[in-house]
Amino acid sequence: MKPRPKSARYLPFGDSALLIEFGDTIDLEVNRRVTALAEAISVAQIQVEEVVPTYRSLLVCYDPMKITYEQLAFRIKDVEESLERTIKEKRGRRFVVPVIYGGEYGPDLDFVAKSHGLTHEQVVKLHSSREYRVYMIGFVAGFPYLGEVADEIATPRLETPRLKVPAGSVGIAEKQTGIYPCEAPGGWRIIGKTSIKLFDPQEQPPTPLKAGDIVKFKTVSEEEFRTTEGKSLSISTRNTKE
Amino acid sequence: MKVFQTLKPGLFTTVQDIGRHGYLKYGVPISGAMDQFSLTVANLLVANNENDACLETTLIGPELQALAEVQIAITGGNCTPEINNHTAPMWQTLTIQEGDVLSFGKMESGCRAYIAVRGGMDVPVVLGSRSTYARGGFGGNRGRQLKAGDVINGFDAKPLLNEHRLPKELVPRFSDYFKANVILGPQAEMFTEKGTETFLSNQYRVTLEADRMGYRLEGSTIEHKGKADIVSDALLPGAIQVPKNGKPILIMKDAQTTGGYPKIAVVVASDLSSLGQAKPSDDIEFSKTTISQAYEKSLQLWRSLENLKRSMKNT
Repeated sequence: MKPRPKSARYLPFGDSALLIEFGDTIDLEVNRRVTALAEAISVAQIQVEEVVPTYRSLLVCYDPMKITYEQLAFRIKDVEESLERTIKEKRGRRFVVPVIYGGEYGPDLDFVAKSHGLTHEQVVKLHSSREYRVYMIGFVAGFPYLGEVADEIATPRLETPRLKVPAGSVGIAEKQTGIYPCEAPGGWRIIGKTSIKLFDPQEQPPTPLKAGDIVKFKTVSEEEFRTTEGKSLSISTRNTKE
Repeated sequence: MKVFQTLKPGLFTTVQDIGRHGYLKYGVPISGAMDQFSLTVANLLVANNENDACLETTLIGPELQALAEVQIAITGGNCTPEINNHTAPMWQTLTIQEGDVLSFGKMESGCRAYIAVRGGMDVPVVLGSRSTYARGGFGGNRGRQLKAGDVINGFDAKPLLNEHRLPKELVPRFSDYFKANVILGPQAEMFTEKGTETFLSNQYRVTLEADRMGYRLEGSTIEHKGKADIVSDALLPGAIQVPKNGKPILIMKDAQTTGGYPKIAVVVASDLSSLGQAKPSDDIEFSKTTISQAYEKSLQLWRSLENLKRSMKNT
């Protein structure tokens, strides 16, 4: 039987937010507890302004004029203790992201391949054959942190970040992979690009992905790339395991 | 209703309200007024809702020509406003006529000023707010800072019969020195005792790398116990991150929503507004406080704003 996970730490974050820390590493079990607690807080209708799930912690913003730190911590602890020992998560929503790897779309594919003694095709296969979990959204609006990539393609960030990474770029940083929803500076190794639109402030919610969702990459032709240009990502209904 | 024609845009003038709340989980920053207290008061002085959209100026104010008779209020740092080249008072209702030119002289104190128009600025609501998030290119006036030629629209509203003025004792005074109370943590334990002591007993100077995202500060090096990075977690305005070089970064309204440096402390809500007025080469001194003391201060602030609202209704 699995040991009971060590209990979460409750830490003040200024005078109007509470940080609940489940661990200090990138870990699937830790992240499951984060998303499960976020969900449970919303079900329990605790008076909070906003919750922000990240890799390993949940930030809960509150209005100190409505609820005190102690009252809030007490109510959330109650909810947290009722979480299952091992989170039995509903299978997250699945999304398929069409990508062109390498060339002008993925300037670092060559580096990633060479540094691991792999061919381009092997890197693409390793990257696109896995299902990734959305651990969190952050950095820039709509940027999903996905994990974890196969050890064979885990690659450190660029030593000097690029000033501009184009929108749609798919990158690797250590064991994480992610998609730049808009042009931004960044140091991730760019191996490909999607033409799908990942962030639109006119939509509600502005990005289709949320922590706990599942993302898979699929290689597409230039033609398909053009047909998905600017389209938004939709939930996949068909089984992508080929 | 067309309210202003932009003759000169100023250094960085944007439309802001109290911000975009509820979207941090999608990576969308809060944005909104850097000095929320001044924005709120500007709105109250023209009997707007306290979260209506205003113009936020930065160091060099714009030059605006009125396209209608409007009532306005100017608050924030002392931006020496002028109407048709005559000195105009801040922190009170002003009526300006069609054709009048509103301009600003030297920024005598602070960094940002707020211009409220009776009825509020009419720009589209994006994700629940009218605030400009310029880096993301959305919100406010076409997702960007003001440009010469831009026309600013306002909502129609009945003109006020009485003009209001903020009581003198409530007008904030800004100098080149700021004091801010902080709650230590959430990662204070990653710093040595000496590091925390250094942080709390020295003044930190705002560098030129200071904008709506945050301020890089210069001063005595804050010592970490060991490593200086964490697995990224959430950020909020007021958080003070300390990267490996030991120089703190104060997170402000347009900052990214997650970060990988340990946070030694977070500025309490009631002190964050005034820090929105800090500019490069100003000094900030941080003092430790508790959640209950911070609550008392927030309550005081809330009461004085409530009193203000009531007094304005009675006149």
